[in-house]
Amino acid sequence: MRKLLLIAFKDLKLIFRDKAALTFMLLAPFLLTLGLGLVTGAYGSSGSSGISQIKIIIVNQDSGQLGQALVDLFQSAGLADLVAPTLVSDPLTARAQIDANAAVAAVIVPAGFTDNIIPANYQAPAADILQIEIYKNPLSPVSAGVIQSIVEEFISRVETGRVGGQVIVTQLLSAGLIAPDQVSAIAAEMGQLQANSVDQAPAISLQAAQSGPAQKAFNPMAYMAPGMALMFLMFTVSNGGRSILAEQARGTLPRLLVSPTNSAQVLIGKIFGVYVTGVIQMLILIVTCSLLFNIQWGNPLGILVLILAAVFAATGWGMLITSIARTPGQVGNIGTAIMLTFGILGGTFIQNSFMPGWFQIVSKITPNAWGLDGFTTLGLGGSLVDLGRPLLGLAVMGIALFVVSILIFSRRSFAQK
Amino acid sequence: MKAILEVKQLVKKYGDFTAVDGISFDIMEGEIFSLLGPNGAGKTTTISMLSTLYIPTSGEAVIGGHSVTKEPMAVRNLIGVVPQDLALYEDLTARENLAFWGQMYGLSGKTLNARIEQVLEQIGLVDKAKDRVKTYSGGMKRRVNIGVGLLHKPKLLFMDEPTVGIDPQSRRLILDSVKELNKQGMTVLYTTHYMEEAEELSDRVGIMDNGKLIALGTQAELTKQVGEMETLILHVGENDDPERLAVALRSLKMVRKADVTDHTVSVIVPEAEQALAPAVTRANELGIKIHSVDMREPNLEAVFLHLTGKALRD
Ligand SMILES: Nc1ncnc2c1ncn2[C@@H]1O[C@H](COP(=O)(O)OP(=O)(O)OP(=O)(O)O)[C@@H](O)[C@H]1O
Ligand SMILES: [Mg+2]
Repeated sequence: MRKLLLIAFKDLKLIFRDKAALTFMLLAPFLLTLGLGLVTGAYGSSGSSGISQIKIIIVNQDSGQLGQALVDLFQSAGLADLVAPTLVSDPLTARAQIDANAAVAAVIVPAGFTDNIIPANYQAPAADILQIEIYKNPLSPVSAGVIQSIVEEFISRVETGRVGGQVIVTQLLSAGLIAPDQVSAIAAEMGQLQANSVDQAPAISLQAAQSGPAQKAFNPMAYMAPGMALMFLMFTVSNGGRSILAEQARGTLPRLLVSPTNSAQVLIGKIFGVYVTGVIQMLILIVTCSLLFNIQWGNPLGILVLILAAVFAATGWGMLITSIARTPGQVGNIGTAIMLTFGILGGTFIQNSFMPGWFQIVSKITPNAWGLDGFTTLGLGGSLVDLGRPLLGLAVMGIALFVVSILIFSRRSFAQK
Repeated sequence: MKAILEVKQLVKKYGDFTAVDGISFDIMEGEIFSLLGPNGAGKTTTISMLSTLYIPTSGEAVIGGHSVTKEPMAVRNLIGVVPQDLALYEDLTARENLAFWGQMYGLSGKTLNARIEQVLEQIGLVDKAKDRVKTYSGGMKRRVNIGVGLLHKPKLLFMDEPTVGIDPQSRRLILDSVKELNKQGMTVLYTTHYMEEAEELSDRVGIMDNGKLIALGTQAELTKQVGEMETLILHVGENDDPERLAVALRSLKMVRKADVTDHTVSVIVPEAEQALAPAVTRANELGIKIHSVDMREPNLEAVFLHLTGKALRD
């Protein structure tokens, strides 16, 4: 055990002296996050620059107060800098404009939305709740995301109002304090009241729906940063795998094997070194990004566990590459290819939710997709318990990869130079 | 005297190719034993099997009573290995390398630190200990490579061509420290293709060629194999054909053997001095210019030549 740790520690020392590796591990993801963040959206949540004047199209087919409230919200002075809304009457036109890249998203309020949410007479709430549709332009995921979060915020306020309103109205009714024909007016008033209160809320902040009290400032970097970190994590693990074959070629691995250290200790020590390197890399990136880009990552324990799981799965990939490669150079080449492929598949550049179904399924072979899933969950205020799916996915992936690579490793000899 | 190493019919095949072909020898405690052989003779392959790195295709070796195949861990604790090619972490300093490898041999704390200082002294790198190995000269790297093998004071030290490609100063330091270590009680298995090193260091020499041990014994015993023969070495001009000279010399009565390597003809004769005049005359008759002449008493080179018909060095 001692020797295993010593080997891992030695590798850590070596990697932190390797300027080229450090550039890839830390500098590249950091700079790319910064660069892409600047290109696609706001830098930080505090600045007034960055995302602004998001072109949207609103189709309000609702004749009630809620539809109008949403239109008012988007046209309000508070959102004037952020959003540039255009009203259109026909959903088809709106969608066509989005498809033509003329705006970032279309917000379509269906006819009868208000009545559906707040029935005209007191009656059981409609079984089928009408939805506000957001038709997003996949080319502007971040800006579209901003619009979506504003609409979600609006809906969640209305929802709270509706439930609250009904409770209160029911209580008033049962207490005989109001007559049934007054109910609709009171409920509508309440709904209006609630919806209006959106105006007073900070314009681009998203109150996480139901799940918890966590407050998250919307920030495109919050999506970019973990994506980049995960992508360059793949570099770290393949570089670590490469070092196993490099040590074999340079003779230090055979030398270890003739010392009184058994080969399992040597191999596990090397792998553990890779793992720890990956964890340190992720921690450095996450801490740096939260300090410099003001990213709220969410529940710290959740973040830590997620990192441990993601690096585990990624290390599994590093080992698989190493086990099938013949030379250190091959590991490097396959590693780079996998890093980029996984980066794209895993949603580093374009959110997977904009991708076709098959793409999303294929993306599940990447630690990136699961990891980003987890980071998003945490960023939206989720806690450790909400991470079940990504953690399980990453753990299963890691175990499977380790089993396969150990089987392959055990069939080859590291003795020969 | 007790044998610390016993090798019995050791064979190593790489596919169809037999790199080590059934060699057997013993090394006594406290001796320096050299394996002398040209490139590709199988020296490194032999050391790799003895140091538990390669599993022999057949045969057995026992070190300090432990089988290299059945009790590799026990063997590893007894041996130190200085590999032919540098096996160091170039981005670590000499001291860090020694510390890491010392820990791999189970050293720690004060013992480790004391040993590191001693070894640095021994390899003459105290001043440079804080520099990364990649900044070292070839000779200095070789010395660190050797130092790593000494840290845990192994009973038996394998040194695989430790002086290849280094400056005369480093080589002197290495040869001297091998002798010093041996005086302190370390048994050494030393491989080389330099006859001079084997002659200077060894109590006994094994000569290897093509995977076979073709001769084994003390230098005196080995040189006896060539009888009282001496070697006359004729260096001819670049443009002359040494083979023609060799053919001519073979017809001389006193010449037992005449072999050509590059621009030299090595002639084995009972008395080198007596052969000189006739050899030069023959060369003159053929119009071959002789640049210089060496005469050697019976030595390992001659033994090798005698046994294989070729020179030790390429
Ligand atoms: N892994 C291998 N696979 C196939 N052949 C090998 C392998 N290692 C060595 N050989 C061959 O085995 C023979 C003996 O090699 P070895 O390295 O033991 O020789 P050596 O005496 O140490 O030579 P040198 O003085 O050049 O170091 C050579 O012909 C070499 O080509
Ligand atoms: Mg060799």
